[in-house]
Amino acid sequence: MPAVPCKTGCGKNAMLKRPKTGDALCKECFFWAFETEIHFTITKGELFKPGDSVAVAASGGKDSTVLAHVLKTLNNRYNYGLDLMLLSIDEGITGYRDDSLETVKRNRDDYEMNLKILSYKDLYGWTMDEIVAQIGRKNNCTFCGVFRRQALDRGAAMLNVKCIATGHNADDIAETVLMNVLRGDIARLKRCTAITTGSEGTIPRVKPLKYTYEKEIVMYAHYKKLVYFSTECVFAPNAYRGHARALLKDLEKIRPSCIMDIIYSGETLSVKEEVSMPTLRVCSRCKFVSSQEVCKACVLLEGLNKGLPKLGIGKSSKAKKMLEEYNAKQKAEIDKLNYEFKKNNCVSKGKICKSKCNNVSNGKNDECNDNNCKCSTELNLPVNPKINKLLEEYGLLDDNQEQSLNQDLTKNGNSGLEENTCAGACGGIDGFSIAF
Amino acid sequence: MTTLKIQLQFGGGAELLFDKIKKREVELPSLKKYFPESQKEKWTIKELLVWMKDNLLMERPELFVQGDSVRPGILVLINDADWELYGELSYEVQENDVIMFISTLHGG
Repeated sequence: MPAVPCKTGCGKNAMLKRPKTGDALCKECFFWAFETEIHFTITKGELFKPGDSVAVAASGGKDSTVLAHVLKTLNNRYNYGLDLMLLSIDEGITGYRDDSLETVKRNRDDYEMNLKILSYKDLYGWTMDEIVAQIGRKNNCTFCGVFRRQALDRGAAMLNVKCIATGHNADDIAETVLMNVLRGDIARLKRCTAITTGSEGTIPRVKPLKYTYEKEIVMYAHYKKLVYFSTECVFAPNAYRGHARALLKDLEKIRPSCIMDIIYSGETLSVKEEVSMPTLRVCSRCKFVSSQEVCKACVLLEGLNKGLPKLGIGKSSKAKKMLEEYNAKQKAEIDKLNYEFKKNNCVSKGKICKSKCNNVSNGKNDECNDNNCKCSTELNLPVNPKINKLLEEYGLLDDNQEQSLNQDLTKNGNSGLEENTCAGACGGIDGFSIAF
Repeated sequence: MTTLKIQLQFGGGAELLFDKIKKREVELPSLKKYFPESQKEKWTIKELLVWMKDNLLMERPELFVQGDSVRPGILVLINDADWELYGELSYEVQENDVIMFISTLHGG
């Protein structure tokens, strides 16, 4: 078969057919078109301001690796004046994240950017391996997604950056639009195509690769010989999303423009005014943005720490029932303890009789006083000093707020799964493509 | 009829389906021997995929092939160029060709 000349007329042979435009281009012309389109997306969307510090959310995968490379390239070429750094989250998944973090460290060296790695273990007291040991492999992705979203925010706050750039590509966004349609999640459908997300008081997230096809990202990485990590997460993938993904890939094969068309549909659709939207507010515990009184991350964490790992999974009515059962059980325990206490101690004049106490203790604790006795009636939860320190640090005081949580959950009928998709208001922008 | 020597390469996670080996030299038998019924004289990518499925792909073939082509989302490069420029399945494989399969479906 004869070689196809590059569509630009540069005289070289074409190396790939662009899915977005159908143009056959040589490597150099492809690099130019690829990078220039991203530059246009950045400038048209006003993603950055000169002098901004930007954290690139880096997983070591193809998208974030290409994103870091292209941002560095464009920052130099067009004098964006950005201070770029890498931010990685270590979920604690053996055989997956530990390996991919090695790739991120290589990115750090190759692109000469600072790297910050935050772990779930440090932030939440649990690794994903430990969470999976509790919850099994069915709902673990909910934990991972919710925790990652918040972990990135915390990391960005620590780095004191203006915004977080994520590697979501056009195929990802189209897939998310499709998923939100399939789940009837109107609130997310409305905002998932926004190029900049984040409400007041949060660090905005931007998606410079929003209009960049996955195929082009992979071809770019291949031709530029960028090193990236491509092992699938060791835990079971989301089957529903997998089907949506397969459908999209099948459609893309027949008509590549469907990716851009789905994004366009997402950007331009309008939601009837009478459809009620969850209002964003601040989580009463951790002070991070939430659509509920208590954010999903806090509910999930509470579930883990109370030995009710399924607490944050599924409908809030279920969570409420679980907490009620848990509280009833705790109350029964407390009643029992109180009963035992009364049986073994005589209480006179509001003070505990010391002599009686000495009888039950084996001489060791002869200073049984009010405080000690009170202790025995408190909830006996497993305590991890590290978690407590962090909870305190983040204002996540775990002082038996079941009661208030119950009320909150009742108030907010829908559970609003906070996935690691996108949030914020929709700001539709037309895609830009270079055709010849 | 002689055999045909080519190199196969795998990347982007596609190698995970092929014993994690990223590069391998293979020698294809004569097409007439492997497909006695075939009307064709030369190996094309279409027959190559069948041969790979029979000889190299040990488990979960549905992650690599779909129908008589590769699963959508797996890129095919012929001597480092996009197979979409070279007729995809109908490309006639030449001696010493390097055929590469890159998955876009893994990780992000």
